[in-house]
This record gives sequence, C-alpha cells and structure tokens, in this order.
Amino acid sequence: MATSPDGPIALIHARGLTKRFDNLVAVDAIDFDVERGEAFGFLGPNGAGKTSTMRMIGCVSPATGGSLSVFGLDPVADGPRIRSRLGVVPQADTLDAELTVRENLILYGRYFDLSRPVVRQRAQELLEFVQLQDRAGAAVEQLSGGMKRRLMIARALINEPALLLLDEPTTGLDPQARHLVWDRLYRLKQRGVTLVLTTHYMEEAEQLCDRLVVMDKARIVTEGSPRSLIERYSTREVLELRFPTDATPPLDGAIEGLAERVEVLPDRVLLYTQDGDAAAVALHQRGLRPESTLVRRSTLEDVFLRLTGRSLIE
Amino acid sequence: MKGALLVLEHNIVVYRRTWKGSIFVSFVSPLLFLLAMGVGLGNLISHGAVRTLDGVSYVSFIAPGLLAVTTMQTAYSMTTYPVLYKILWGRTYDAMLATPLRVGDLLAGEIGWIIARLAIVASAFFVVMTIFGAVHSTAAVLAIPAAILNGLAFGAPVLAFAATRRNDVGFTVIARFGITPLFILAGTFFPISQLPSLLQAIGWLTPLSHGVALARALTIGGGTPGMGVHVAVLLAYTLVGFTAAGFTLHRRLSS
Repeated sequence: MATSPDGPIALIHARGLTKRFDNLVAVDAIDFDVERGEAFGFLGPNGAGKTSTMRMIGCVSPATGGSLSVFGLDPVADGPRIRSRLGVVPQADTLDAELTVRENLILYGRYFDLSRPVVRQRAQELLEFVQLQDRAGAAVEQLSGGMKRRLMIARALINEPALLLLDEPTTGLDPQARHLVWDRLYRLKQRGVTLVLTTHYMEEAEQLCDRLVVMDKARIVTEGSPRSLIERYSTREVLELRFPTDATPPLDGAIEGLAERVEVLPDRVLLYTQDGDAAAVALHQRGLRPESTLVRRSTLEDVFLRLTGRSLIE
Repeated sequence: MKGALLVLEHNIVVYRRTWKGSIFVSFVSPLLFLLAMGVGLGNLISHGAVRTLDGVSYVSFIAPGLLAVTTMQTAYSMTTYPVLYKILWGRTYDAMLATPLRVGDLLAGEIGWIIARLAIVASAFFVVMTIFGAVHSTAAVLAIPAAILNGLAFGAPVLAFAATRRNDVGFTVIARFGITPLFILAGTFFPISQLPSLLQAIGWLTPLSHGVALARALTIGGGTPGMGVHVAVLLAYTLVGFTAAGFTLHRRLSS
C-alpha cells in the first residue's frame, strides 16, 4: 500500500536496497516498508546484513544501489534532517565512560542543538523512565551491562524521536535486564514511537514485533507477523523428544505418519505436528521410550530453523 | 560551525575529568628538560670554550626549541590514542554521527580543541621561558601562535594517519622513529648547521625544524626576514594534513 504513487509513503521505504563493500555484498537488493507506529524487526543470523541495513536507515552508510527513503527524505541528501528525528541504539555501548549517567544524557542532547534547560528536564524524565534516577551521578564505568543498555536507550530518546532504531537491544543481558528493556520498548510503542530492531533472539522478535522480515545471506527470505510466519512455516505444536546422549534410536519407521516434519538436532528430535499429545501417545504405543518428552507451541525459532534449511525429513 | 562547537563542548566536558593525566606531557616534562639542559648543561657550556650559541645563553637558545617540542608532543598525544579511541574503542564518533552532526563537524571540533590545548601549553611554557630570562623582545609573544602552528603542522598528518588505524602499533612507531630523531635533526639542542649536509637537508623537511627556527627567531631576535618560509612550510603541513584527515575520517566513519 505504501508504494502507491499517490498514497502516503511509508515511514521507511526501501526498494532494491543494496550495500556492497569491495567484493562483499552485505545487503542484496532488499524491499521493505515500515509503517508509522509499528514495531518492525530484522531477524537473522550474524552476518545476514541486518546491521548494514540499519546503518543505511540511520544515514551513516550510503546505499550502493536501489532506493531508500526515511520520513520521505533521502538519507544521502538530508542525513542531518533525518537524524534529528531518529533515535539510534547501536549494538555496542558508545557511552562516554569518563562522565556520569546524567552528563551522558545532557551532552548527547546538546548534539541535537537543544537548549540546556530543555536537555536537563528531559534527562531527568528519561532517567526515571529507564529507572536510573538513583544512578544519575554515578560514573558510567560503574554500571552493569543492563544499566548501560537502558542508558543507551534513554540517550537515544533525548531528542524525542519519531523512529527508534535498535541493533540487537538485549544481546548479552540477563533475563531480568532483558525483560525490563522489553517493557520500556513496549511502552514507547504504546506512545506511538515507531520501532525498528534487529535481533537473533526469536523470543524478542515475538514479544516486540508487529511485523518482521527474516534475513539470510544478505537477502530477505520471508516477511510477515510472527503469528502468520509460524502458521505459514510451522505446525501448531511441536513434540520435543530427548534421548540419552549418543543413544538416539533409528526413527524412520517409528515416527512415520506422526508428524508433518521432523528435525533431528544434536541433543533432541523435534516432531512438528498439529497435536503434540496425540503424537506422544502414539509414539509410546509404538514402543519408543525417550528420556523425556515436551509438547509446546511452535515458535519463531521453528520457523527460523525451517528457513535456514536444516530439516532432514520434509 | 555550530556542530563543531558542540563537538568542542564535548571535549571540554570530558577534559574536566581527565586533565590531570595530560599535565606531565604538557608541562612537567618540558620544564624538566629546560632545567636540565638549559641550566645544567648550559652552565657547563658557558664555562667551556663556547660561551654562547648564536650570541645568546644556552637556555635562551634551547627554550624556543623546547617550546616547539612541547606543542608537537601535545599534538601527538591528542591526535593518536584519543582519536582511535573515539573511532574504535569507545565509538564516540559513531554516537555523534547518529545525531545531526556530520564528519566535517567532528573534524572541525577536534581542530578547535587541539588549537585550544596547544594555546594553553604554549602560553604556560612561554611564562616559564620569561622567568628563565629566555625572552628578549615584546615581539617574542608571537612565538605562542608560532608554537601552535608548529603543533598543528605535526598533528594534522598524524590525525589523518590515525583515522586509518585498526590498532595502536603505528603510534608507537611514530613516537620512536618520528619524534625522537626529530629532537636531534630539527635544531632543538644545537643549530642544524652543525649537522652533516645530508642530515641538514632531511632536518629541514620536518615541520619541527621550521617550528623551532620560527620560535627562536621570535624569542631571540624579535623576528627575522626568513620567517615567511617557516610559516609557509608549517601552513602547508597543516592544510594538507587536515585535508587528508577529512578524507580518511570520512572513509572510516561513513562507509
């Protein structure tokens, strides 16, 4: 819909977007649109081209081919104008280690040419938003990984951006820290901030993204909502079987007809089926005795495994 | 211009936390040199066969040389590790470039900051020179901008080089094989004319030799007709260096 010549153009609009470094094609002619107010994800393994795509959207890396517009503007010609309305949370922490938490926010706000009183006011609000108000005077060096990440997010919000770019926002965080970050990002979305994030955590994509694309080897493999991708590429349920190490019995005959698809991983066997419990019972009747069984709903991870083509039996 | 001032502001705020570490290179070390070489060695010389160099006391002779060396070393300390830190280790520049700032703003802001720091160390050293009786005219105060220009002429190409680095090995090489020989070749401790003619020619290719000659001409003689050449060489190093730095920084940060 965003592509119609007289309709409203999407917040981010990319067609044939390409990034080449010398002989390496990092992003290979990808098409996507991000609509205002949605949470959009780039999912994929390391080296799939997610970060390169983010850097092009962030107007720091010019595209080598195709077209890209952000807020309807050209990243090459209008970089500073676009960036004034963007918040960027890169993969690595880029905080000023010598300065305090509050100083980091204030100094960064100044780059947007905001006045000192405005920046001070916003810094205070943002510290509360990411629950760092008690640490305002602490040096960044003393913060935990989760706190640094929250400070990075707060810093990216100092210019009240309409679009927030997050490159692997929770990589390396413990579960508590991760859930706090997810909660804050969800609140931002509620306020109408458009979120674009990359991740290789399927759970993160499922929690946060309205829509996502799966990237692999510089291309977009598929696109849709987490739910629709699960429906398209997986079954309703998955039966996980665990056998003693190095004792996985030959399965060919035993599981015939029980699952639409089977995935044999080093540590377990996954049976993709509409009814996991029924399959487990049938398996038992056929005399198969796994060490443990687990019935669960399909997740994006199953979609991902399928799309990376590791299935043994289709 | 506005962007450059914001980058300068960043440097000032960070420096308020880190200034102590730069005191030794900027003040203490040149001061010790001036004491040891100027007063200690200078006394020996004055009691020997050679009573003066270029018609003045030895301390007056080497003080402008050390002034130039001081700004060169300060420029080196600012254009090597801190620049690579902001590019690579701390990714400060990446953070800045996610805002409306451009690579040109970063470079202009850094140049402004280098000039400010050079002005401080050159002025402080000049005060010490005056106390040691090494300043012989009012025009000598122009040795301060001369020393700033001398620092820039060395720092600009080093900054261009630093922006291409993936580690700090090259910086050690500059310190060992660049800065140390320059002390000897650039006429800091004795006139370049004392060197064999080949080394003289090499000496005059370096920015420091022109910085030393310029500063010395100003503090001792109140200026000489040959100064224009020194200024031109230093300006050329500075302009070419910063232009190259614009290219290397841009290529490094927005590819």
